[in-house]
Amino acid sequence: MRPRAGVACVLPLALAGCQGWQSALDPQGPQARSLADIIWVFTGVAVAVWVLVAVALAAALLRRRAEPPDPLSRAPDRERAMGYAVGGCVALTLVVILALTGYSYATQKELFSTHEGRITILLTGHQFWWDVRYEDPAPSRVFSTANEIHIPVGEPVRIKLEASDVIHSFWVPSLLGKQDLIPGRQNLVRLQADRPGVYRGQCAEFCGWQHAHMSLLVVAHPREEFEAWRDAQLASAAPPSTDEQKEGQRVFLSNPCMTCHTVRGTSAGAVAGPDLTHLASRRMLGAGMLPLTRGNLAAWVVDAPGVKPGVHMPSIKLEPHELHPLLAYLEGLK
Amino acid sequence: MLADTWGTRPGLMGALTAVDHKIIGRRYIVTAFMFLCLAGLAAVVMRVQLARPESRVVGPDLYDQLFTMHGTTMMFLFAVPVMEAFAVYLVPLMVGTRNIAFPRLNAFSYYVYLFGGLMIWVAFALNAGADTGWFAYVPLSGPENSPGKRVDLWAQMITFTEVAALAVSVEIIVTVLKLRAPGMTLDRIPLAVWSQLVTAFAVLFAMPAVMIASTMLIMDRLVGTHFFNHAEGGDALLWQHLFWFFGHPEVYIIFLPATGFVSSIVVTFSRRPIFFYVGMVAALVATAFLAFGLWVHHMFATGVPQLGSSLFTASSMLIAIPSGLQIFCWIATLWSGRPVYTTALLFVLGFLINFVAGGVTGVMLASVPLDTQVHDTYFVVAHFHYVLIGGAVFPLLGAVYYWFPKFTGRLLDERLGRWHAATAFVGFNLAFFPMHILGLMGMPRRVYTYQPEMGWGPLNMLSSVGAAIFFVSFVMLLWNVVASLRNGAVAGPNPWDAGTLEWATTSPPAPQNFDRIPVVTHREPLWAERDALPVATGLRVGVREVLVTTATDATPDIRETAPTPSIWPLISAILTAIAFIGSIFTPWAVLWGGVPVGAALIAWFWPKGDPEDY
Amino acid sequence: MRQRPVLDVSSLPDFAFGPRSTMWWGTLGFCALEGTGFAIAAGAYLYLAWLNPQWPLSAPPPALTWSSLFTVLLVASAVPNWLVQRAARRQDLRAVRLWMVVMSLIPLALMALRAAEFPALMVRWDVNAYGSIVWLLLGLHTLHLVTDAADTWVLTALMFTGHVVGKRYSDVSDNAFYWNFVVASWLPIYGLLYWAPRLA
Ligand code: HEA
Ligand code: HEA
Ligand code: HEC
Ligand code: CUA
Ligand SMILES: [Cu+2]
Repeated sequence: MRPRAGVACVLPLALAGCQGWQSALDPQGPQARSLADIIWVFTGVAVAVWVLVAVALAAALLRRRAEPPDPLSRAPDRERAMGYAVGGCVALTLVVILALTGYSYATQKELFSTHEGRITILLTGHQFWWDVRYEDPAPSRVFSTANEIHIPVGEPVRIKLEASDVIHSFWVPSLLGKQDLIPGRQNLVRLQADRPGVYRGQCAEFCGWQHAHMSLLVVAHPREEFEAWRDAQLASAAPPSTDEQKEGQRVFLSNPCMTCHTVRGTSAGAVAGPDLTHLASRRMLGAGMLPLTRGNLAAWVVDAPGVKPGVHMPSIKLEPHELHPLLAYLEGLK
Repeated sequence: MLADTWGTRPGLMGALTAVDHKIIGRRYIVTAFMFLCLAGLAAVVMRVQLARPESRVVGPDLYDQLFTMHGTTMMFLFAVPVMEAFAVYLVPLMVGTRNIAFPRLNAFSYYVYLFGGLMIWVAFALNAGADTGWFAYVPLSGPENSPGKRVDLWAQMITFTEVAALAVSVEIIVTVLKLRAPGMTLDRIPLAVWSQLVTAFAVLFAMPAVMIASTMLIMDRLVGTHFFNHAEGGDALLWQHLFWFFGHPEVYIIFLPATGFVSSIVVTFSRRPIFFYVGMVAALVATAFLAFGLWVHHMFATGVPQLGSSLFTASSMLIAIPSGLQIFCWIATLWSGRPVYTTALLFVLGFLINFVAGGVTGVMLASVPLDTQVHDTYFVVAHFHYVLIGGAVFPLLGAVYYWFPKFTGRLLDERLGRWHAATAFVGFNLAFFPMHILGLMGMPRRVYTYQPEMGWGPLNMLSSVGAAIFFVSFVMLLWNVVASLRNGAVAGPNPWDAGTLEWATTSPPAPQNFDRIPVVTHREPLWAERDALPVATGLRVGVREVLVTTATDATPDIRETAPTPSIWPLISAILTAIAFIGSIFTPWAVLWGGVPVGAALIAWFWPKGDPEDY
Repeated sequence: MRQRPVLDVSSLPDFAFGPRSTMWWGTLGFCALEGTGFAIAAGAYLYLAWLNPQWPLSAPPPALTWSSLFTVLLVASAVPNWLVQRAARRQDLRAVRLWMVVMSLIPLALMALRAAEFPALMVRWDVNAYGSIVWLLLGLHTLHLVTDAADTWVLTALMFTGHVVGKRYSDVSDNAFYWNFVVASWLPIYGLLYWAPRLA
């Protein structure tokens, strides 16, 4: 179910081979690759500087010395020699930071100069979930989903970043660095994956109680598979087929659910919560909190605040004879 | 006789009216350490919670309060005040005068600081602890997303502590510029005093930004202004610009005084004057100056324009030059001296190792593209604990060992001190090094928990174990202080054979500091004048008088009277606190609270008939 | 430690004017930090003006009448302020008393003008960000006006009661110095709030 499930890195030494599914050191796209390069180069320089300073300090302390009589007596040649050494180190520092600044600027230009892409997505951050809207010049080809971004492999996708309530930050470490979603502003990023796979991202700006559980998945498909997915998402919700599901739809529409959620093709058209039209096609529930299983779904629908304290979805009183049909209905929203 | 003139009366009234910089400074230091303990205990709870994935020691509500209280307290109630506290105690002694300039203002600022800190911790105890992080970004901290009084209390605490910090910085500036002992020309000022002077200027130009910002936030929340509301023409990033325009200098406001401690300790225990004094002073000034041009490096992920942000990369990296120069000069001083390995020096060595590690990760963060990966992750948490603890707390602990005999007359135990230093070094690195890796592995900061499949568990456990060891090191310090106060070795005036003026007087110093004002002939006066200290005579004995000298050459100029003890600073502080706290509940408190404050201030300044008043 | 007297300071004066006294430097310090506060608030104004396509937001630029009267009076007050300073330096008690009374009355007139100013802004603080920042800037300046006025009143009272000594002349002179700051800090704010929107 999760093709790239995380592998724990136990030892710092295992770092190089670390294959976390949310790791900046496990790049799976062109941007993350340049970023990993710059991280490694800077780390190398940093370690070298630190080692040199530590060695110099050790040498200064361990050096053998004669007994100078008085704290104020000075050996002029040694002072001069130290002057040259300190001057040299400062000059070297200047060279190193100029080089690093230049390298950083070059990478910055390369990464952020264009935001082109054939596909444009409007990603809106909410406490504590992501609204994903695929834009299109033709209004009929616009649709929304939540907490899962699907993209075709190997081509850049443009993402517009907005926020409805507080600041959030979009970050998928193995694909790209983070960029904030700020109320009243719009930011742009470019997202690209080299290989098909599922990449995890997590909100990186503290946004309240459930900042810890505001993650999302990026699913990269080959182009045709992506088109198929998109066509499926464009469709309205699958109509309930069994009696149980019909009953479930009635429960859904007669409870407060429809005051917050949209299920395209029904009278539920509110946008305070995630679009549920194709809920069952998603992998996770509650912005990456739980795998989407029947049990989790039941727990969620009955008591979302118990599952995810602070969530903006109330717990809803449902009798068992209402709950089961409702779950059947939701599971049918493929 | 002099001691009678300058003394503080015994008893409660004496305590409440004290204006002696040593008494106020001592209170300041103790209070700041008390806040360190509170904030450290909050961190311990956080580390327990994070040690394992999905642990349920605390929930999101409490966790958010904990890290906010931890960060806020560490920055506003511990790190900045403790450095000021040392300045209040040491600067008058180091420049050879009898009291700080504006001693009543000094007492007032201590009380305001104390009340601000108490207010926010009492609020926390009443489950109204701030919970939006130490930089309280809007709109999360705005009226819609944080109803209740939590953020108001936070913002008002900022006002309290900034009032205190600004007042102290004016006192320090005037003390250093005008009250130096005759002969202490600019190039004879100890580096520790230079660092406090430069810091005081940085406070003067940085803190107003956060006061304006917190005022705007309070007004948005209480009287319906729209500074940060984009729907009415305001802007969320305005807060970030204002906050970080203060926030970045803030970190050097913490770091620069610490470099002063390092210089004092390195010089004394290398047994030679600092190498390249002029360069060290220039480095202080350059750091403080550059500090005002870096703030955007905290905002690289907000979408600020590309070219602009790369300028901030360059300016941030440039700081490596003055910082590097300082590091190189300390190493050169040690190289050509004869190091005496006291506990104080051990902490300074720990500082050199840890601070450079934190400094080079700072240089990594300064790169815009690199920062987009590590911003708001545990990598940043690692960076700033290395520079804050490695760069400021280690020197501070060294300073405690170094000046404790001056403050109390007794030495701390050196054997226990060595164990303390070793435990602190190991615990600190174990606690914070793994965080670098966690950050690169994608762990964001300010998460109350994480899922097991993220693979962050083992390193977090390691970090928590390190934090526990670090905690033990603080208990050792506490033990050492308590035990040594009772039966530590008696110190005498100059136990380390140091060269600066604070060691020319008794330990602890008499109320008048110096029986006669020293006359300075050298940068390390006590090393240069081994037989007898040159002094000035002629200040009145029965009246509090200080010698005012000229700002650059320190030639004697006038004899000014110095204020006597007074209850009014305390009363003014209480009334100010009432007005500030009242304003959280009704804006009118600013008006009706302002009147008694004004009356108390008049009483403060109205002459009471002491000879000092005329 | 043994001591070796090398200097006798008993003949030094016990007060002095201007940069020789500590109080002058303290006043300068407060001017610097308050000036920074003004600069930052003004920076926030410019930032918001730059961010919003239309500025002032849904309000005409504030009327010039009261504010200009205020500015004229404030600038004019620099003259008696200078006279009080000069009198203090000469330790001329009669002149100091006279000009201190004048300098105590002027802020009253200024406060009256300021009180008329706020309603004349035609925008409330809670209407939009423009209103908020204008009120903030004016409020900040008013705060300085009021505190220095109170200072002046207390000093005036001291000069009329039995508290006149040399040092008090120095205090009068430092208070006058602070008033200059209140005057000088107003001019950029005046330009920013009243003229910048008209010229842009
Ligand atoms: C004492 C406090 C202190 C100090 C001294 C520093 C020092 C530095 N800091 Fe740090 N910083 C903080 C405290 C501090 N910082 C805090 C608290 C935060 C986080 C706030 C928050 O988000 O909560 C932060 C965050 C922070 C960020 C934002 C990260 C982010 O949020 O994404 C950045 C980015 O540029 C940065 C950079 C730097 C740099 C370049 C230095 C430089 O000054 C370092 C210079 C020193 C050296 C480089 C070492 C010595 C030099 C040599 C030995 C010479 C040779 C060196 C080279 C050739 C490189 N810091
Ligand atoms: C000077 C500043 C400073 C200092 C010293 C520390 C010290 C410590 N910090 Fe701090 N930390 C910050 C400044 C500081 N921190 C800031 C600014 C933040 C950001 C907050 C934010 O995001 O808003 C932060 C955030 C932060 C986090 C990230 C939280 C998150 O993002 O979710 C963590 C996590 O481990 C942490 C841990 C620690 C630990 C374990 C210590 C330890 O070193 C603490 C050591 C001290 C003690 C252990 C106290 C000892 C107590 C006693 C001796 C008393 C004994 C008495 C009795 C038992 C009665 N800190
Ligand atoms: C007051 C608004 C509100 C009501 C009423 C409401 N929800 Fe929700 N719902 C939300 C919000 C907000 C979220 C996103 C929560 C999060 O992940 O932080 C959500 C999430 C969900 C999800 C998870 C979607 C996903 O992709 O992760 C499901 C399923 C769901 N709601 C079903 C229901 C059902 C069924 C009902 C009625 C019985 C209901 N909701 C009533 C606001 C509401
Ligand atoms: Cu959304 Cu953190
Ligand atoms: Cu910074």
